[in-house]
Amino acid sequence: MDTSLNTLRVAITGGTSGLGLALVKALRRRGAQVAFVARDATRVAAVARQIEGSHGIAGDVSWKLETHALAIQISAALGGLDVLVNNASSLGPVPLAPLADTDCEDLEAALATNLIGPFRLTKALLGALSAAAREGRPALVVNITSDAAVNAYAGWGAYGASKAALLHLSRIWDEELREHGVRVIAVDPGDMDTPLHALALPDADPAALKRPDDAAREIVDLIATHVAAAEVNA
Amino acid sequence: MKAATLPTQRPRDAKLLIVDAAGGIAHAPRLQLAEHLQPGDLLVANDAATLPASLRGVHGPSRTTIEVRLAGRRSLAVDDVREFTAIVFGAGDHHTRTEDRVAPPPLRAGDALMLGPLRATVLRTLAHPRLVALRFDGTPDAIWAGIARHGKPIQYAHLAEPLALWDVWTQVAALPVAFEPPSAGFVLDWALLGALKRRGIGFATLTHAAGISSTGDAALDARLPFDEPYHLSAATVQAIARTQAMGSRVVALGTTVTRALEHAAARSGGMRAGDGLADQRIVAGTPLRIVDAIVSGTHEPGTSHYELLRAFASDAVLRRASAALDRHGYRTHEFGDSVLIERRSAIGGLLARHHRLDARDDVFDRGVLGHAGAAADLTVEHVGLFARDD
Repeated sequence: MDTSLNTLRVAITGGTSGLGLALVKALRRRGAQVAFVARDATRVAAVARQIEGSHGIAGDVSWKLETHALAIQISAALGGLDVLVNNASSLGPVPLAPLADTDCEDLEAALATNLIGPFRLTKALLGALSAAAREGRPALVVNITSDAAVNAYAGWGAYGASKAALLHLSRIWDEELREHGVRVIAVDPGDMDTPLHALALPDADPAALKRPDDAAREIVDLIATHVAAAEVNA
Repeated sequence: MKAATLPTQRPRDAKLLIVDAAGGIAHAPRLQLAEHLQPGDLLVANDAATLPASLRGVHGPSRTTIEVRLAGRRSLAVDDVREFTAIVFGAGDHHTRTEDRVAPPPLRAGDALMLGPLRATVLRTLAHPRLVALRFDGTPDAIWAGIARHGKPIQYAHLAEPLALWDVWTQVAALPVAFEPPSAGFVLDWALLGALKRRGIGFATLTHAAGISSTGDAALDARLPFDEPYHLSAATVQAIARTQAMGSRVVALGTTVTRALEHAAARSGGMRAGDGLADQRIVAGTPLRIVDAIVSGTHEPGTSHYELLRAFASDAVLRRASAALDRHGYRTHEFGDSVLIERRSAIGGLLARHHRLDARDDVFDRGVLGHAGAAADLTVEHVGLFARDD
């Protein structure tokens, strides 16, 4: 499937590396209007320059006081919003540690980035998403999760618990928002060759890992399927 | 009326005063709003998110501290964000009542304004020493970032604590184009939107750049509301047409929705989807072509909001409503209680329907079960069915 996503307005958090960066590129290639968020202002500016037509926004999704500023900048960059991809993730303690050795602060940091940040940003952008739905456009939240959300991997406690909560949050939100035309899905992109994976498992063989570009293509196809479904319904 | 001094959008004890088409007045808990609308009604809200439109900074030539309140823009286009109309105050903040605020230094075309990360130039003054047209430097993305990160919500002295954006964004806030919150929309939450659906009440939105409500200056206040751009989607125009075709009511959530819908309806060729600039005043005697009822905050006589309500109900009815608001301790201002006012020429009335219920005559109204609970909570204050004293 290679349909154009020309009028689709997509925001991606964690857009300057790994899967997020691959998504920005893939979505721009398909013609979508793209805004991305990441913490490092220098990298944000560099990526925005490199990927023509993308809007870079420097900010931290884990910080409550930035939530509405991010929502303003995203809506203003795109003139509204159809798809929000909550991709920015925190690993928790680095190097990975058993839960019993995990500082409370590291667990809180993982929850702030992986659960509460996506919750806040989705809430702040729900008005824009539901406005899109009322106009017969697709309205979709994609939360990036992990198989660590389902399986109990020793050493992945903070990350796994936060992603499990994000997965369940997605399922409940989808139940509640479906009647308002907004869908919320969780996607496990698989083990990828990304900076986050290298932080977790520095000795892993990159060749044995999925390429972020391949995972991004699958997610973009999934988004395109939702767009097509929304067009049929509208 | 006393001011609501806490920024709680939906206090559990919020009240709703209902004025029906015949001028009858009743009281209900605002939580039951859905039960006081009828199946088939269409509730239309303003989904504008509120800008942090108060920008602190320095007036270049005089090195004086100023507060710039963005107050108007010619369009809603997100890339048309360089030029604004703005009101400028001297040193001080919202703790001082606007009418007591220090005047800004003399402002002239070409003056530089340094507003945190933003830099702007005064283009001209607009026939008042506090009102200017200004232009920001930079790309649209940079201007949006500057406003989003440096700005604070405009607020007034009746609320002491600084407001955050989450205090002033409605639950449906989408495009950030309002200068002050479309506060009638504070009644909305997702549970209410679900309740509307289950009761067969439609919900639609438009986007209207709600302007500033007070400038602290009588001459400027007399010019309010300023021109306000709005956008009407095709879906909303269709929903209104369907509602009217069924003989059901269009209920505007707030004065901004009323202004936008009535402006759109007055255009030659009638209402159509797209952008408009609401530049009209709605006052006593203004014909209402679209809006059959309004849900609004409580407003004091003399404000432009109150003037708009005079298009819905006679002065005598509004006087009785104001007296009832006072007597029953309703709170005013943006976080206060609400009124639901049905346009006087509308056929039938809420109370008329409730009276039918009281007679247990459920043949009249298929919404009987939905109304039963609401009717029990109503205190009928004036059965004004024939008491047209205007």
